[in-house]
Amino acid sequence: MTGLLELLGLGASAELLSLSGWGGNLLRGLANSLQIAFGAFGLGLVIGLFGAYGKLYGGKVTRDLLAIYTTVIRAVPELVLILILYYVGSDIINKISEAMGGGRVEINGVAAGIWVLGVVQGAYATEVLRGAIKAVPVGQIEAAKSYGMPAFMTMRRVTIPAMMSFAVPGLANLWLIATKDTALLAVVGFNELTLETRQAASSTRAYFTFFLAAGFLYLMVTLCSGVVFARVEKWARRGQPSLKGGAR
Amino acid sequence: MISLKELMQPHRIVMMLVFAGIVIWCAFALRWDWVPKYAPLALEGLWTTIWILVVSTFLGFLLAVPLGLAQAVGPWYLSIPARTFCTIIRGTPLLLQIWLLYYGLGSLFPQFPWIRSSELWPYLRQAWPYAVLALTLSYAGYEGEVMRGAFSGVAKGQLEAAKSFGMPRFTIFRRIWLPQAVRNVLPTLGGETILQLKATPLVATITVMEIYAVSSRVRADTFIVYEPLLLLALVYMAIAGVIALAFRRLEKG
Repeated sequence: MTGLLELLGLGASAELLSLSGWGGNLLRGLANSLQIAFGAFGLGLVIGLFGAYGKLYGGKVTRDLLAIYTTVIRAVPELVLILILYYVGSDIINKISEAMGGGRVEINGVAAGIWVLGVVQGAYATEVLRGAIKAVPVGQIEAAKSYGMPAFMTMRRVTIPAMMSFAVPGLANLWLIATKDTALLAVVGFNELTLETRQAASSTRAYFTFFLAAGFLYLMVTLCSGVVFARVEKWARRGQPSLKGGAR
Repeated sequence: MISLKELMQPHRIVMMLVFAGIVIWCAFALRWDWVPKYAPLALEGLWTTIWILVVSTFLGFLLAVPLGLAQAVGPWYLSIPARTFCTIIRGTPLLLQIWLLYYGLGSLFPQFPWIRSSELWPYLRQAWPYAVLALTLSYAGYEGEVMRGAFSGVAKGQLEAAKSFGMPRFTIFRRIWLPQAVRNVLPTLGGETILQLKATPLVATITVMEIYAVSSRVRADTFIVYEPLLLLALVYMAIAGVIALAFRRLEKG
């Protein structure tokens, strides 16, 4: 293996990328990125579910406020939102801590990343889920109501399973955006994959090696997610007649 | 657009009053004394942002048309590279692509004497060519996929009709295929252009002085945190609004 790499002239790159070299840093960065992406996606889903229900069934004021939330978030660059939310979040935490008699609080990078990206994801998830809920035939929800199901049970047993097949493609896109948006946190100084890469690259001057390696890692995450989401979509569509023709 | 009658509902009037209150509070309670000093720089930055946006979307679209065609109807030796390109661009963060081009190529070029002595060198030493290149490639990658769908979506009968009129292939493409495809994806293109606008602040990380970089500088110089960011958000919302309106015009016309 080593001989082959030497033969291809990649011996130096392999040494730089080995786990005892900078490769370990890159993988740690990847772990951080994935942690933030998972958290942000989850938080985004929760916000999105409430947002979608608010937009569809909420009162006039709720609907208008949610419209402002989704419009503003979707018109302002993520980088600007990340900075605003980051400062707002740390200000609020420090105010609370001062009020309780404590000093300034050191903010956990992963938690801050999840909060800022989660709020951004929430706006997009609201739109995706709203569309999906609207695509569920009204009759199904009315049937559930006529059986006397409470609202929450209707949501859990009827609306969410029925809307899944409509929501999954949009949610897959959102997940990809979440993984790629974690790179933006590098600008605020979180040690995720992109920042680790840049630090490794600038201290070894091997820019191409590290940026290509990081690109490869991101691409692997994207491609694997694609496979997973294809399976999830198949699962969400279980029982639906296939449009591709041929009886199954 | 929302009509005046829709706006004049009681709860909306109350909300607008609250909003006006917030604006007035912002105007008086927050610090805006830095604005006159940085206004010329901000205008320059705004110009850079718009200029980079227009050039990269235009070039990116020109690149996206062959990418879409290659994927939709091209032979395998064209469609596979095109698909690979789109997958790679869409699968990696733009920030990483920008840094790869700027730091990677930027560290590679000075090693070649013939590049250093060429007439392009004064440009290659600056950051903006890398910024434009990265944004162009990124737009082309996303739009290549969109155009693939658009080209395969044009009704086959139209192309056959044109052929039966005896139109040469390129004329069919120019007069029938491309206009139909573009018309079908105009709403998507509008959305993608706004996404492209939202990608422009990333080039500030490679020292291109656009509007986001100006606001960062104000923050670094004066330690005022929220005001430049709020103003910046408003600027981006205004540009996004203009783009949305322009595309709506295009769709109607």
